[in-house]
Amino acid sequence: MSEFATGDGVNTKDATLLSVRQLRTWFELRRWGLLKVGDVRAVDGLDFEMRRGEAVAFVGESGCGKSSLARTLLGLYRPTAGSIWIEGEDMAGFDRHQLHLYRRKIGYVQQDPYAALPPFMQVRRILREPLIVHGNRDREDQERKIRAALREVRLEPPETYLTKFPHMLSGGQQQRVVIARALILKPALIIADEPVSMLDASVRVEILNLLRQIQQQRNLTLAFITHDLSTVRYFANRIMVMYAGQIVERAPVDTLLDQPRHPYTQALLEALPDPDPDNAQKIRRLPKGEPPSLVSPPSGCRFHPRCPHAIKGLCEIKPPPEFPIAPEHGAACWLNQPS
Amino acid sequence: MVESNNKPLLQVEDLRLHYRSAEGVVRAVDGVDLTIERNQALVLLGESGCGKSSLAKALLRLLPRNVESLAGRAWLDGEEVIGLGEEQFRRRVRWRRIAIVMQAAMNSLNPVVRVGAQVAEPLRVHYGWSRAKALDRAGETFQLVGIPTDFLIRYPFELSGGMRQRAVLAMALAASPELVILDEPTSALDGLTQANIMNVLKRIKQELHTSFLLITHDIATSSEIADQVALMYAGQIVEFSSARDFFRQPAHPYAQALLASVPRLRRKIRPEYIPGQPPSLIAPPAGCRFADRCPHRFERCSECPPMFDRAPGRKIRCWLEAAPSNLDRETP
Repeated sequence: MSEFATGDGVNTKDATLLSVRQLRTWFELRRWGLLKVGDVRAVDGLDFEMRRGEAVAFVGESGCGKSSLARTLLGLYRPTAGSIWIEGEDMAGFDRHQLHLYRRKIGYVQQDPYAALPPFMQVRRILREPLIVHGNRDREDQERKIRAALREVRLEPPETYLTKFPHMLSGGQQQRVVIARALILKPALIIADEPVSMLDASVRVEILNLLRQIQQQRNLTLAFITHDLSTVRYFANRIMVMYAGQIVERAPVDTLLDQPRHPYTQALLEALPDPDPDNAQKIRRLPKGEPPSLVSPPSGCRFHPRCPHAIKGLCEIKPPPEFPIAPEHGAACWLNQPS
Repeated sequence: MVESNNKPLLQVEDLRLHYRSAEGVVRAVDGVDLTIERNQALVLLGESGCGKSSLAKALLRLLPRNVESLAGRAWLDGEEVIGLGEEQFRRRVRWRRIAIVMQAAMNSLNPVVRVGAQVAEPLRVHYGWSRAKALDRAGETFQLVGIPTDFLIRYPFELSGGMRQRAVLAMALAASPELVILDEPTSALDGLTQANIMNVLKRIKQELHTSFLLITHDIATSSEIADQVALMYAGQIVEFSSARDFFRQPAHPYAQALLASVPRLRRKIRPEYIPGQPPSLIAPPAGCRFADRCPHRFERCSECPPMFDRAPGRKIRCWLEAAPSNLDRETP
């Protein structure tokens, strides 16, 4: 099963596909639709790079900005500030036409496959749609591509599925159609926003295996957005942990899961159970409180009000920069400041 | 508090719930036996469409209109309750002795009524309590589930997801029921919030000696509270074990495959999926319902296996149990 192993298959030539600098996506908050009363800082100063052929997991709780990040990368939200460099161009400055062309390079796998597929369209029509939108008028070529896409997601033989409506398919099959649709324009980047959270345990692994396999075969870049750290180990190369609109820790998968250095990452890992009868005997230690408001986030480190290790006079005043710990491993926490 | 005796709190025998549909009769619950002891948590595990939510609805008779038939017996503390008239059941059992937190209940709170009033409402309706007395009790249950009492006067939108889930739990606990049924209480919540709700449940179980029937597809989270596990597949229970046996040495091939599909955080084992799909509940196979997907399938599997007793309190619906020498045989 070495083709699934983590940390492999990254093409070093022209390695960077996507480079995000100081990205902000804020939403204006208005009272009575007029008076501006603040901003929801959903994404607040992100810096990261994604290489060709690598799978990066963005992990965090709801409201940490991970879905806003996905939608910003898709060009559905315009960034408030910062830049998104892809293949030498800054997407933040694109006009409508350029955005349209840009979206061909990106496939989107939604969370809820049933909601993502139009219920009145047959699978063939669902898969033809992106081809039409992007100017492919050749019926024969369309049909060829549709069948190839179905084969790629293992819906075989394709004839069986072409005339099915979404409700006639199981959840796993629906998600395969969503993946086929995301792949059909041969994108360079796939954004999968909680691709398996609506599916059953036994199907989740099947879909994640498929996504990972296709990503590696095609040398695609995959942004895998999830709230569930336990699904990440075998399906991504690196993890970025987000909290209140910012990245608080980033590392290769095994490093992050085995040696987390940010107290928030540590808390997340501590809270997640493995199936174990001994769990019933213990009360888990959890950080107090809830994630902060994104309208007026806490001063200094955004995790300080909940942090068991907060240093008085420092953490609530100065936002920590990201301190390097090892190559590829960094944590935005004062505890990791080199002495 | 209920005085202890030897009878199990709830005993269910041969429960069947069938629905009408355009395609035929759906056998959602098809002959289920269960036992819940006092101060114990039974986890009913199963994947979507296996009938686990229907089972909960059947126990509380919160049924949709397309029910074809409901049959079987259930004894609550020795008293048969499936045969009770609807009025008797409503007055004496539902919510007072068996309460339920429905799936996604936290999203069903009335958005324009303060949460305290919503928790107090069943007390006023069922017990005829005054507003003040009911609100006092609501305050007590809020403390039980770890919500500050000043949240009584807030509206649902002012509460976080975890708080709303605890508020609906408070509603279920208000009448001090002996059994609380929780249908997917944490599946819409994040990791930390989930862990927090499980902590609350553990504390309530210790302090109030409440029994729980937890219905979920989340295997890892279910181990947080389980004393017993009943695994459901295609309308039937296929394994009934103590949590220790189930999570350490699952016996039914489906239980083994299901546990192997759970990604682990603390152990480097690659999760494996289960090929194939569960059968239709309209025309389930005559034999073992898992046979099509089972790596240990053999001739006998074309007949429906009964529940075999492997040990006291441990039952497995699998022909491999019939011949102990077959237990460790390799995949054919």
